[in-house]
Amino acid sequence: MLYREAGDFKTTYAADGQTFPIAFDRWRYYGVLAVAFGVVPFLINDYWANAVFVPFLIYAIAAIGLNILTGYCGQVSLGTGGFMAVGAYACYKLMTAFPEVSILVHIVLAGGITAGVGLLFGIPSLRIKGFYLAVATLAAQFFLVWLFNKVPWFYNYSASGQISAPERTFLGVAVTGAATPAWAKYLVCLVFVVALAWVARNLTRGALGRQWMAIRDMDIAAEIIGVNPLRAKLAAFAISSFYVGIAGALLFAVYLGAVEVGEAFGINKAFLVLFMIIIGGLGSIFGSFAGAAFLVLLPVLLKNVLVGGLGWSTSLAAHIELMIVGALIVLFLIVEPHGLAQLWRLAKEKLRLWPFPH
Amino acid sequence: MSDQLLFAMEVTLNGLMAGVMYALVALGFVLIFKASGIFNFAQGVMALFAALTLVGFQTGQVPFAHLINAVFGTRIHHFGWSVPTLAAIVATMAVMVLMALLVERLVLKHFVNQAPIILFMATIGLAYFLEGLGDVMWGADIKRLDVGLPQGISETIDGTTFGWFGYGFFIDRLDIVAALVAAALVVSLTLFSQYTRQGRALRAVADDHQAALSVGISLRAIWVLVWSIAGFVALVAGMMWGTKLGVQFSLSLIALKALPVLMLGGFTSIPGAIVGGLIVGVGEKLFEFAVGPMIGGATENWFAYMLALVFLLFRPQGLFGERIIERV
Repeated sequence: MLYREAGDFKTTYAADGQTFPIAFDRWRYYGVLAVAFGVVPFLINDYWANAVFVPFLIYAIAAIGLNILTGYCGQVSLGTGGFMAVGAYACYKLMTAFPEVSILVHIVLAGGITAGVGLLFGIPSLRIKGFYLAVATLAAQFFLVWLFNKVPWFYNYSASGQISAPERTFLGVAVTGAATPAWAKYLVCLVFVVALAWVARNLTRGALGRQWMAIRDMDIAAEIIGVNPLRAKLAAFAISSFYVGIAGALLFAVYLGAVEVGEAFGINKAFLVLFMIIIGGLGSIFGSFAGAAFLVLLPVLLKNVLVGGLGWSTSLAAHIELMIVGALIVLFLIVEPHGLAQLWRLAKEKLRLWPFPH
Repeated sequence: MSDQLLFAMEVTLNGLMAGVMYALVALGFVLIFKASGIFNFAQGVMALFAALTLVGFQTGQVPFAHLINAVFGTRIHHFGWSVPTLAAIVATMAVMVLMALLVERLVLKHFVNQAPIILFMATIGLAYFLEGLGDVMWGADIKRLDVGLPQGISETIDGTTFGWFGYGFFIDRLDIVAALVAAALVVSLTLFSQYTRQGRALRAVADDHQAALSVGISLRAIWVLVWSIAGFVALVAGMMWGTKLGVQFSLSLIALKALPVLMLGGFTSIPGAIVGGLIVGVGEKLFEFAVGPMIGGATENWFAYMLALVFLLFRPQGLFGERIIERV
């Protein structure tokens, strides 16, 4: 009854072109934001923050980043783990070199540095296409992880080879380090997610986003109608890496606190984020959130059911999780190649016409 | 001859041998890619799965023992017998054929006419599934695989080279066997595809799906055949790698290295897989030998990928690949 555009008259172009043209949709999003900012921080505890909310928000940023590159621009990347590592290490170096500058600035700068590295590894995309490129991005993944492992300057010559985030505060509240309260972790990530998702949504709606989609659908045809592939592809690589770098910086500084590069940013991370956007929906910002939520919640759920409920061993549960994730990927690609986002779109379409489907 | 040069020669030889091992995995990729245009990311995991299954059969492990124990509270692990190697290999091959059938039935059938990149991602999903399945079936601990292949330093080569240069080269006998096996595989695959009915059908499918269908070749039967052959190649690769390093998860990572091998050689060429393997093997060993010590070592982790990346910039279709022609 509520979900329809009938009777909702637009009088300006701006109103007509807005992201959520349906009033109910708009209010629902404001509602979600209000709950996220106004209610959750007061109820959240350490378990919920560490097991569900913080990883969900961080992976959502990474998934949006990869979705820009893979979903919108059509360049499959298997180097996400490596780029997240760049973000994390850039953040660490900045945090330790300039302790007086705000941590939030460092996180954004870390994203910027990652964008530069991403640009560098994006250059081959001008000549290499399809899965040749996917394999070429593996070079970034393995090289970057090796680099952070082998060059002591990156981890400040610490004996363990790990990096660990020193305590930094924002407005007097610790946001990194061991003493960080759950709600502070959550809020920092939430602010970044909301800002970045808003930017991504509008980028992909605009001229740049249309260029990306033209490149994705057929790059030669796009070139002929006047899209500059050099600019469009490199912009996709840079912006995508910016997002992924911020996700890496948050994962290290806010969520984990201490990381070892091979373990935290290995090839599995690259696949995890790729799976998120396949399950969530390629070429959809909402899909990035849905996929991230799905793949963050699935292990928690399986662990609670199999280990907590049935008393099976954790390793067995982990293996079964691998099987389920693999099977789900195949299933989604068969049944709904556009992922959860498409299911959501179909549901909304049904709702608009309800109760008269024709 | 100076010591450095001798070392470099030894490293080169060992690199060639390692390259053959990479080429073994790469062969499986090329087969599937040629016949179905699918870039089968799961090839490496198939090798791991085959090796796990082989060890499992050989030592008489009960499949899904952990799962059964967890569900029913039993404590079974082994049947208490051990199967002769040859019988275990045959049984494993049967499992691989069954897998090929199931993959065709449950996965490939649904992806006819889909974009190659979608298929590629589906095989990533398949790889995850197989990895989990292998662990659930046989347990995730590192296993020793012994199928009676010779191992250790080759005395003959050591002695001969000592006679020539006054310095004995260290070459693993297993590597020599692997080289022979790879050569035999390539020859028999070539013979198969050139001189048998199925082989001809296979080449027809590789050439053009629709034309092959229109002259009455069953695409689905060919796919099962190709995946079975790829399963066989995976089994051979799994046997070699498993004997060398033990059967464990990292096998599937080594298999990832077959990807740069393929990119160097071109996705569609069997000789390309071999030559690419040799280039990667020699390149990474020499690089590690010459430059590695200066920059911290373990360059083998990424050298192959970087080499392929730089190489592709100049020749996107690989050494032996067909020229990429794009039309709008």
